[in-house]
Amino acid sequence: MAYGSRVIQRDLSFTILRGDIFVIMGGSGCGKSTLMRHMIGLKRPAAGRIVFDGVSLWEAEAEERARLLRRAGVTYQSAALWSSMTLAENVALPMELYTDLSPAEIRELVALKLALVGLAGLEDAYPAELSGGMRKRAGIARALALDPEILFFDEPSAGLDPITSRRLDDLIVELRENLGTTVVLVTHELPTVLGIGTNSVFLDAEARTQRAVGDPKRLAETCRDPVVHAFLHREEPAEVSTP
Amino acid sequence: MAASTPGARSARVPVEVTTVGNTVALRLHGDWRLERVGSPAPPAELTRRLGTAPPPSALVVEGAGVERWDSALLVFLLRLLRLGEEAGVPLVLRDLPDGAARLLEIARAVPPVQRRGRRTAPGPLQAAGAHALALWREAMAFLEFLGEVVLALGAFLRGRARFRRADLLLFLQQAGVDALGIVTLITFLVGLILAFIGAVQLQAFGAEIYIADLVGIAMVRQMGGLMTAVILAGRTGAAFAAQLGAMNANEEVDALRTLGVSPVEFLVLPRVMALVLMMPVLTVYAMLVGILGGAAVAITVFGITPMEYFYETQSVMATDHFVAGMIYAVTFGALIALASCLRGMQSGRDAAAVGEATTSAVVTSIVLIVVADAVLTVVFDAIDL
Repeated sequence: MAYGSRVIQRDLSFTILRGDIFVIMGGSGCGKSTLMRHMIGLKRPAAGRIVFDGVSLWEAEAEERARLLRRAGVTYQSAALWSSMTLAENVALPMELYTDLSPAEIRELVALKLALVGLAGLEDAYPAELSGGMRKRAGIARALALDPEILFFDEPSAGLDPITSRRLDDLIVELRENLGTTVVLVTHELPTVLGIGTNSVFLDAEARTQRAVGDPKRLAETCRDPVVHAFLHREEPAEVSTP
Repeated sequence: MAASTPGARSARVPVEVTTVGNTVALRLHGDWRLERVGSPAPPAELTRRLGTAPPPSALVVEGAGVERWDSALLVFLLRLLRLGEEAGVPLVLRDLPDGAARLLEIARAVPPVQRRGRRTAPGPLQAAGAHALALWREAMAFLEFLGEVVLALGAFLRGRARFRRADLLLFLQQAGVDALGIVTLITFLVGLILAFIGAVQLQAFGAEIYIADLVGIAMVRQMGGLMTAVILAGRTGAAFAAQLGAMNANEEVDALRTLGVSPVEFLVLPRVMALVLMMPVLTVYAMLVGILGGAAVAITVFGITPMEYFYETQSVMATDHFVAGMIYAVTFGALIALASCLRGMQSGRDAAAVGEATTSAVVTSIVLIVVADAVLTVVFDAIDL
């Protein structure tokens, strides 16, 4: 991954299995969100492949790539709701674009998606009328619009209080367990990493590569890499060498 | 669960309705994905049965036969729940697929928010009153903002205003040098158009030479300033409003306030100064280019020599015209700067609001320019300027 000639991360290699809650973790500026932007088709990697269900995302034709990406839902750090649209319109837009459902059917589905994230009755509200946590949940409802197989979350807890953050974590777990959705999370929030993550990759800004891959709870117990250990135990890292 | 895609749907909803004693049973089976069944309504037979007296004692939904499902199944079950509630018949869910029952619980866990009903449209009198009040508030906001800018200007004159000199230079460049190309094109064409329009009438009297008088006076007194103002309103004013609106949305303005720095001094003052300083300079340039535009027509189409044209222009040009032109220019510059910065600072905190602020800045600037032009024209006539 690079911006021009500036390499952000290199030699990344990991596999996300169906049903995982996969956490992309690491300190600020290590390229977590950039990695996610590569995975959701917003940025082409400088080298290497991202394979989704056997198809190389960036080697596929644009149409094929778009079709693959429609199987994913994305919730952005700022929720990224379209401010000129109501919540119902935000959630309905992907369905209007990519399904042949009637407006009445879409209305029913929108009500369901909003109810699933605890926003029933707020169909006519505009994003500006909602709190930060509600906006995040509305963003999830929009990401769920096309019943995605994989859900991406960029810093879901950013800007939220701890209680709202934990509720959001619970919601993510519920969605994964009941919809069978695979979840990819970008976060540096330890309670989220250790509370709901089932698999992870740790990116390091200094070394500009991954330092560890695996179940974050197990990494917290067994990983000997001082940077990963310090991160997962909220410690100041000791002097470390880059791998 | 898979995303539904356009395609043929099965016409038949995979559900069987049976009545056992006083209980109605719905047996669901097969594929319950959106792409197969759409968003199916409860079977008509069930609706009919629930409407008859006495109503059934229970509505049992058997889900063991469901092979694949997604939101379509959930929407169908929610409709059944609603139907049962309306008819006062309890719904019993049995053997639903893993996750579906839990998702139904989640969907119904938080009761719908009761939002206040939308207000009815106001009557004409109420609307007129609201409009008048809004106009009054707008005027007060404009005056208040003008006051803040004057205070900031006072601080600047006393050497106490806090803003970055580099910003002022950048805005001078954006408002001035960067606008030269478009000002050249537009004002040259305006001079050319004026010459053609005037020539059609003047030619009838053999007085083509007076094209120089017409273009010269029009460009210096009115059109140079007016056209430059319209260009700057659409170009620089819109950019200023968008910049300040985006800064407002990103909380950059709040960050300045908490730092104890006046946003009007730091953000607005350099922009206002840049526009007020650059407007007369660009206007003088626009006057000259407009006169050249008129000359191009007079010389090439009507056979007037360059010397004749410029001598005629010089002979008709009085200092009064130039002074009036400069007063227009400075006034327009100040109005554009104030309107665009005010709209930017008033902008809301989302993308749509920044767009609205930008549009509003251009519209407000142009309205103010035209109104000020009319007022100044009447005043200049009264004082014989």
